[in-house]
Amino acid sequence: MYAFTYHRPKSVADAVALLGQFEDPKLLGGGQTLLPTLKQRLARPSDLIDLGQIPELQGIREEAGGLTVGAFTRHAEVAHSETVRRVIPALASLAEGIGDRQVRNMGTLGGSICNADPSADYPAAIVALKATVRTDRREIAGDDFFTGMFETALEPGEIVTAVHFQKPDKAAYAKFRNPASRYAIVGVFVAVFGSEVRVAVTGAGPSVFRADDMEAALAQDFRADALNGASVSAAGLNADIHASADYRAHLVRVMARRAVEACG
Amino acid sequence: MANPNGIGASVRRREDARFLTGRGTYTDDINRPGQTHAVFVRSPYAHARITGIDAAEAMQAPGVIAVLTGADMEADKVGSLPCGWQIHSKDGSPMKEPPHFPIARDRTRYVGDAIAVVIAETREQAKDAAELVMVDYEELPAAVTSLKALEGGAPLVHDDVGGNVCFDWHLGDAAAVDAAFAQAAHVAKLDLVNQRLVPNAMEPRAALGEYDRATGEHTLTTTSQNPHVIRLLMGAFVLGIPEHKLRVVAPDVGGGFGSKIFHYGEEAVVTWAAKKVGRPVKWTAERSESFLTDAHGRDHVSHAELAMDRDGNFLALRVSTIANMGAYLSTFAPSIPTYLYATLLAGQYKTPAIYAEVKAVFTNTVPVDAYRGAGRPEACYLIERLVEVAAAETGIDKAELRRRNFVPASAMPYQTPVALQYDTGDFAKNLDIALPLVDYDGFAARRGESARRGKLRGIGFATYIEACGIAPSNVAGALGARAGLYESAEVRFHPTGSVTVFTGSHSHGQGHETTFAQLVSERFGVPIENVEIVHGDTSKIPFGMGTYGSRSLAVGGSAIVKAMDKVERKAKKIAAHMLEAAEADIEVKDGRFVVAGTDKALTIGDIALQAYVPHNFPLDELEPGLDEQAFYDPKNFTYPNGCHVCEVEIDPDTGVVQVVSFAAVDDFGRVINPLIVEGQVHGGLVQGIGQALYENCVYDEDSGQLITGSYMDYCMPRADDVPSFTVRYHEDQPCTHNPLGVKGCGEAGTIGASAAVMNAVVHALSEYGVTHLDMPATPERVWQAIRRHTPAQAAE
Repeated sequence: MYAFTYHRPKSVADAVALLGQFEDPKLLGGGQTLLPTLKQRLARPSDLIDLGQIPELQGIREEAGGLTVGAFTRHAEVAHSETVRRVIPALASLAEGIGDRQVRNMGTLGGSICNADPSADYPAAIVALKATVRTDRREIAGDDFFTGMFETALEPGEIVTAVHFQKPDKAAYAKFRNPASRYAIVGVFVAVFGSEVRVAVTGAGPSVFRADDMEAALAQDFRADALNGASVSAAGLNADIHASADYRAHLVRVMARRAVEACG
Repeated sequence: MANPNGIGASVRRREDARFLTGRGTYTDDINRPGQTHAVFVRSPYAHARITGIDAAEAMQAPGVIAVLTGADMEADKVGSLPCGWQIHSKDGSPMKEPPHFPIARDRTRYVGDAIAVVIAETREQAKDAAELVMVDYEELPAAVTSLKALEGGAPLVHDDVGGNVCFDWHLGDAAAVDAAFAQAAHVAKLDLVNQRLVPNAMEPRAALGEYDRATGEHTLTTTSQNPHVIRLLMGAFVLGIPEHKLRVVAPDVGGGFGSKIFHYGEEAVVTWAAKKVGRPVKWTAERSESFLTDAHGRDHVSHAELAMDRDGNFLALRVSTIANMGAYLSTFAPSIPTYLYATLLAGQYKTPAIYAEVKAVFTNTVPVDAYRGAGRPEACYLIERLVEVAAAETGIDKAELRRRNFVPASAMPYQTPVALQYDTGDFAKNLDIALPLVDYDGFAARRGESARRGKLRGIGFATYIEACGIAPSNVAGALGARAGLYESAEVRFHPTGSVTVFTGSHSHGQGHETTFAQLVSERFGVPIENVEIVHGDTSKIPFGMGTYGSRSLAVGGSAIVKAMDKVERKAKKIAAHMLEAAEADIEVKDGRFVVAGTDKALTIGDIALQAYVPHNFPLDELEPGLDEQAFYDPKNFTYPNGCHVCEVEIDPDTGVVQVVSFAAVDDFGRVINPLIVEGQVHGGLVQGIGQALYENCVYDEDSGQLITGSYMDYCMPRADDVPSFTVRYHEDQPCTHNPLGVKGCGEAGTIGASAAVMNAVVHALSEYGVTHLDMPATPERVWQAIRRHTPAQAAE
């Protein structure tokens, strides 16, 4: 790890101000990606701004029938929150399946979505649950937030403060985890809002995407077997030593089926 | 009354209190006044010429004391890391043994090869400066896999090793095998890969070098399984330090699995550099460095054929194996795919003729050497997969086919066609215990139940035998070993009756401090808390060979028994004098020295006190003291064996394999501590399951970059990946040639498990017509196998 200057602001305004002051600052959430990166000397920020002591970024509350989750909420808090379990149980279940216990106790919602790892779990929830990402300066629709592999719609110096998730009629997340890293090789979040069905896929492609054919099929007939004719093309999907693009495409359908079945 | 801490008692591991409370002392925990830190500059290329090293900028960096290179070592006449075993090829020529310098000189041969070492006040300063060392490389094409290295025109890893072949060796009677194949009613054939693994000891390697200018003594503290071997190899061959001026200490060591047997370049570098810079030098590997530089395991590509008569009797076995040695020969590398592999190809079967050829190949990858099981898991996997293929092809039940071909217990001792002589073993009995244990007859019903849930179910066997208790020195010597393979012990009674045992074995997870103390407690009735086991320090213990190959109890324990025999002989003489009885009338009963037929008795404590305060002592006949040393050289290998049965369930939608049950029935001879034995079996099974389903070391085939360089990509088995194991053992086939009747248990689980799991996986997939799958059976491999064999889906 290279030397850096450590800051721990007490408000979002202070954090934003700090971000503007230094040559190459980085925001520190739960550190589950950034700290290993620093330890391997793959990044060399001049300053690290720890967001852990900012009250505005904390907390889970019901809002407008949905849920608002502070950016610094740790995965374990979401997983164990009575509120989340009551309002959107699928979201609690997703959080419970992230990484391992140590990761869940440290990692945060804001950190995860800002990193935009293609195999992270939360992006599927952001898209499927028609979330709104709130920042220090604006609101970004969940559908517009992820723009590519490790890329988001955030501007330089912009800080995510919270995410608002809409409450679906029913929803479920099915994940096929990488046996080594326990990231999602494929994760499919299915959510039903009245006549609208959303199928958001993470892990399979460079960034989270919606499976249009599957959404259409399920909107017609919300049963797992309705997916028999629908599929996702392997073209453009990720491929690595753990899973080829073909296998990922296959898993999308299998996980989508399981998510539909889990919706009950 | 039985001693509650004696032989056969499940005594809890005494060492665990310090390990579990963080009070162990590992190499990296040790810090010396004035200590400096070493960080290595390592090659980013699999194969490159080093055309220049510019350390000027690094030398100017804060805290830097020295930047040393291969040229500096050459100037100091530092030698090559020696290889401890020499193999001869079929044509009688010795194996190719290119030099292996602790720091590369003009060429780098794998990603991670050391190019220079930076020594600084702190580790971070050394790391900063290491980035400033400018190395000019001229990249060369790399030979990465063993098969590609053998292709015509492949890049040469060493210019003077044509075709990259280290040796081309064989064992057995080719003519007899050919004749048997000509008569065969059926021949089963199999191509299989035993993939490369990364050992992944929990404690990364570390080394601390010190030099005392006043005495001229060097001290190396290192993560080693065998400190005396390191002292001998490094002192005599690499650094030219006489042994009386070189102390090697292996303190608490957090797992080895074989990877800490070998003499590594870093050990020589810190020892040499400590004298050069005049201060202690410490190096501790980071985890990514461990992936890149610890010797890897396995990496065989094999073809095997089994000839049978019409009744399924095995007539002959023919095996051809290509073994990847990596870029250089690690300490015991050549022995692993030869004398620890091909000699085990008879397995538990009375196959009359066997012929094996092994071609060892250099590649631009980290050296490959022993990893838990070391050759024997490769042999077991090959035989047991082939037997399963034979059973499937002939339609003979796989348990019955094995039983039909077992060497019967009545044939012991049994001379195999591949050099070994098994002393004891009742293989049918292992199977007899295992079959009801796993409800073999109920399998069809369980498979039906799985099918109703849309799952595939399979059951697989592995009946293994291994050669442990390595080894009779004269035999090993005749086969190419450049060292003896005995073990040493000293049993020192103190005046007040407590005991210190100095053992040449080394514990890095095996629980010697408990098991060895049980031997002493049983023999002399000494409370176990009054027995201390000392290991791992060449300045304290007699010359010992260390721990690997499941040898500690069979060889090291036997040495302790021999030393205790000497103690007892002397104690009897002292007791006879004290009790005014004839020596012949002294009996040892429950640890007490009794005059036969009387109630006159002494404890060993009474005798020890007299030995050190010899006021009533036969001084004209005996020396004072009660402190005896012994060396034990085994007469034969020991032959642990067993029957492992695995049941798996496969989700055909995803290809995920779940191990639903695993039963291990083992014959380890006599068992000293069942709790520790069971723990060793559990750990071994998990590692074997790890190889079968998860672990796979992958290098990029062109660039030679290690793709699985972290736990993000190298998949270790976790607790929730394995079922609760059913472990049984029986003790009625004790080893016949060591005093404890013990065989060894450290590697058994790893040896049997991979084959049992893969046999179960292939069995589960057999309804699709799948006949073989290479390890690891990852979800995608399983899914692809199903897809390949399901035309409708393949076309989709």
